[in-house]
Amino acid sequence: MASLNWFRYSSPAKFYPVAGKMIPWFGGSAAVLAAIGVWIGLGIAPTDFQQGEAYRIIFIHVPTAWMSMFIYLVMAAWSALALGFNTRLSAMMAQALAPTGALMTFIALWTGSLWGRPTWGTYWAWDARMTSELILLFLYLGVIALRNAIDDARRADRACAVLSLVGAINVPIIYFSVKWWNTLHQGSSVSLSAAPKMAATMLTGMLIMAFAAWFYAIAIALFRVRAIILERERGAAWVHELAEVKSS
Amino acid sequence: MTEFFAMGGYAFYVWGAYGVTALIIVIEVLAVRARRRAALDEAQLTTPDNLSAATGGNL
Repeated sequence: MASLNWFRYSSPAKFYPVAGKMIPWFGGSAAVLAAIGVWIGLGIAPTDFQQGEAYRIIFIHVPTAWMSMFIYLVMAAWSALALGFNTRLSAMMAQALAPTGALMTFIALWTGSLWGRPTWGTYWAWDARMTSELILLFLYLGVIALRNAIDDARRADRACAVLSLVGAINVPIIYFSVKWWNTLHQGSSVSLSAAPKMAATMLTGMLIMAFAAWFYAIAIALFRVRAIILERERGAAWVHELAEVKSS
Repeated sequence: MTEFFAMGGYAFYVWGAYGVTALIIVIEVLAVRARRRAALDEAQLTTPDNLSAATGGNL
């Protein structure tokens, strides 16, 4: 078997052009899937017999809530690689994911709040799921603030990696909160082990929106990591060989 | 059409959720675009390490 050099793309100089080529594919797929998902969610999916049209918030709420947790785990994984192998690109990937994770968390909280008011009668409650999701937002903001507070990029990488890894304990707490504590938030909408609790059209729309959110997160993280590479490698000779640096 | 926008009386909640999400995505894309622009400008104003080493940093 031909040996594949996995570290080949771990250098920012090698990864920068590859990331640039991937962005339109992920961004384009995200846009197409989001258009289909919104069309199904707002146009095709039937009105819920209990919640009326208010349930249509699910098509944004559940995918962004999934992504808020998933992005955190990916950020923590890149952080672990950055600490273990001292690779700059891993730390840059973690750095690029934090703002998008924070925004996904904010959208999940915002849409959940707008959904809670008509269905539960309140915008907010100190329920286990909601409180742990709010802590997730503060963890993301804490990682971003910590990075901004440390001038030396390599020291900031290590400090943020440690904070990200410690905070990862919150993700299983969010995920299992609806099982561990019997508070306001309902249980899982989708389970691999049980029959779907919702209509097929609703489930399809939600899964399409989940893929849209996933591809969007990949596209925007690659877009941001390219900016971060330029910021941090601006003294490197290869950056000054780039057409976009020479021409503009 | 009016019926669609009324969302069965839940217009504020449904459009509040979809509208703010769309707005956040637009703002994030514009913010990263501006960041890239600023990083490119900054890179142009920076002396490459190889040149700066060759001239003892006096370039």
